[in-house]
Amino acid sequence: MADRNAFRMRRLRGRDPLGLRRALAGWLLPALVAAMALLAAMALTGAQGAGSLAARWEQAAAGQILVQLPPEGLGPALDRLSALPGVASATPVPDARLREFLRPWLGEVPGLPLPAMVEMRISDPSAETAIRAAAADIPGALVEERGEAVTQALRVANGVRGLAWVILAIIVLVATALVAVATRAGIAARSQTITILHELGARDSDIAGRFARRLGWLCTLGALGGLAIALPALWLLADAAIPVAMARPAALADLPWWGLASLPLVAGTIGWITARLTVGAWLRRLP
Amino acid sequence: MVRFTNIGLRYPEGRGQWALSGLDFLLETGSFTWLLGPSGAGKSSVLGLMHLAVRPTAGRMEVLGQDVARMRRGALPGLRRRIGVVFQDYRLLPHLNAYENVALPLRIQGLTEQRLRADVTEMLRWVGLLERADAAPASLSGGEQQRLALARAVVARPALLVADEPTGNLDGAQARRVIALLREMHRLGTTVVVATHSEALPEEYPAPALRLEAGRLLSHG
Repeated sequence: MADRNAFRMRRLRGRDPLGLRRALAGWLLPALVAAMALLAAMALTGAQGAGSLAARWEQAAAGQILVQLPPEGLGPALDRLSALPGVASATPVPDARLREFLRPWLGEVPGLPLPAMVEMRISDPSAETAIRAAAADIPGALVEERGEAVTQALRVANGVRGLAWVILAIIVLVATALVAVATRAGIAARSQTITILHELGARDSDIAGRFARRLGWLCTLGALGGLAIALPALWLLADAAIPVAMARPAALADLPWWGLASLPLVAGTIGWITARLTVGAWLRRLP
Repeated sequence: MVRFTNIGLRYPEGRGQWALSGLDFLLETGSFTWLLGPSGAGKSSVLGLMHLAVRPTAGRMEVLGQDVARMRRGALPGLRRRIGVVFQDYRLLPHLNAYENVALPLRIQGLTEQRLRADVTEMLRWVGLLERADAAPASLSGGEQQRLALARAVVARPALLVADEPTGNLDGAQARRVIALLREMHRLGTTVVVATHSEALPEEYPAPALRLEAGRLLSHG
């Protein structure tokens, strides 16, 4: 039994001739990578959320046009607009609903003349041009310039999405720098051992590979930890925000699962590649 | 076989000074050679060139039949694995025990634990350290550390063995034991080069000698 234990211990030590388990043992790097992964998870979810919101607004705005008509001659104008190709429906907005909209600003003004508003749903986006052309022929008709508010909102949503991707890129850069610093610390702690292994015939790829595996593993661990913290937090946020923004309850599909699941893999790959390149560059100074 | 042809060596930090210059000699395969000279004569530099820790600044150098100056850097590790080195300061890895230190060259060659165990055990027995297999290098005496370094240098059955002052820090009995082990390797066919500043050792164990002074070869024979 004692022999078997000694054999196992030797085998374990033999797998780590550089002593990297001790030289790169601290929790600082995994903790920092966990924080990066947490931020990356937030940014990914933010990007997906902003994208979904923009798509929803765009879809809603694209299918609907509001036309203002003079109250006199509403019937013929409505018939003309309804008959246009690509128009699914043309429904006058009830007077009571219009007054309800205006009440917060104007109060109760029963004698105020209001224009007739027609809510048009279109099945073909090209119908919008035909509606504008027809409205130009009807005196006093106005087609709502849709969109200024929606366009602004879309711009904001797309801006948020773009910002999220920029944040992700910054996170990748910072994580790379962190791994490079940790690798340099490991090299400094084991420079003599590395030189001895080099002089005994170890290939650069052997030495750099050992660093890469260790750093890759630490980054993967850190990202898993960050993800474990991020998931419940993201679910709580989605549960609170989605009913407000999307007018429906939050669903599991609202989180970017593929992106989140790939975070440990991406973190591990960043750790592996950065460590390998950093150690490789250091080793090239040796003969 | 080791052949130096008009070899010169200048270290980058040496401010243009030649550490070695104009070295010409040939060491036949299976020979035993003393490398003699006072401290600072360039013995360690010659050994460093032989085990490819440094590359020559000038001249042509063949080690084990390979023209080192013309070799690609990526091909050097393969040649280094055929060379055993006993460093003056042992250079044992402090975080590995005696067994793992000896196993290191075989692990670098990619041998599995099953395949290397017999060789490592045999080497530890050969240098009289089998009972200390699990000891950390720091817990071994100077003589034990030197023998451990020797076991590590020869465990992969090198064709060339270079030893830098292997008896420098040892008492008479320990030094004789280490020299006996080196001569045993020579008897088994390994080309052995031993650097020493001692004049007594070559007298006690006569063999061809290279004598250096201020980076130049004074005599060979």
